[in-house]
Amino acid sequence: MKIFYNGRELIVEDGSTIAGLLGRRGLNPDTVIVEYNYRLVKKEEWSSITLQENDSIEVLRFVGGG
Amino acid sequence: MKDVFHIGGKELTSRLFLGTGKYSSNQMIPSIMEASGAQVVTVAMRRVDTDFEEENILNHIPAHCVIMPNTSGARNAREAVRIARLARAAGCGDWIKIEVISDNRYLLPDNYETIKATETLAAEGFKVFPYMSPDLMVAKELEKAGAAAVMPLGAPIGSNRGLKTKELIRILIEEISLPIIVDAGIGKPSEAAEAMEMGAAAVLVNTAVATARDPVVMARAFGLAVQAGRAAFLAGPGATRRYASASSPLTGFLRED
Repeated sequence: MKIFYNGRELIVEDGSTIAGLLGRRGLNPDTVIVEYNYRLVKKEEWSSITLQENDSIEVLRFVGGG
Repeated sequence: MKDVFHIGGKELTSRLFLGTGKYSSNQMIPSIMEASGAQVVTVAMRRVDTDFEEENILNHIPAHCVIMPNTSGARNAREAVRIARLARAAGCGDWIKIEVISDNRYLLPDNYETIKATETLAAEGFKVFPYMSPDLMVAKELEKAGAAAVMPLGAPIGSNRGLKTKELIRILIEEISLPIIVDAGIGKPSEAAEAMEMGAAAVLVNTAVATARDPVVMARAFGLAVQAGRAAFLAGPGATRRYASASSPLTGFLRED
């Protein structure tokens, strides 16, 4: 199944959750922000959201900036 | 003398805002904050690149600091608004620095898109701090749009060139009732002091501290300069004159005549 991850196409297994996807990509849940289909979703919701075909997910982080 | 700085619904004692970009290590940030006395820090939001060192900058920012996320990376008002909403939803508070840039050489802000983003976000209850090219009419529009302050650039971002736009900033300070915060271009403490002496409400510095040989000592120097410049502004500098005016009495000289 195809989704859009940070603006790029990514193939994920059917039934993947946001939490599962982040885990497979080795991301620490405490350091990232997730926007799912243009809406910010909290960490507590990540394991209950199952990704659907063509979903858009942005994984973001605060970094140093001026 | 107590000089409290009321801005964006907060009460601050320091008028130095610091950026957190370009440090060789984020571990340095707490000592930078302490040395400078700064209470406001800017951060940026970026897509996670797995090659990038995994850490959250917020973990390095002391708890008493006000966080001002910026919308860097936004090329138009729509993108800036999206970043601002995400930053607030992520728990960064309601301060936002609007930065809309599509010029990659000089990184000059797009004043028109900045006004649009300011309007939208101020209406949503954000405390909006727009980074702008100093222009009186634009500053008036930003004021009308509900900005919490106006942040004119002194020189291009990261250039360390000082107050190249001094005359235009002076006009903003004179004509706009919002706090004027000089953002970008300040390279040396003397330039920060100069902006404060002119009546700027605060200055925002990043590159000048982060790229100094000793950033912690430079942070302290900026903190002192901002305090000195502010005190000088409040004290009211004396008049300048063309010819000398003796400081010692002109009578009672001990002379051999």
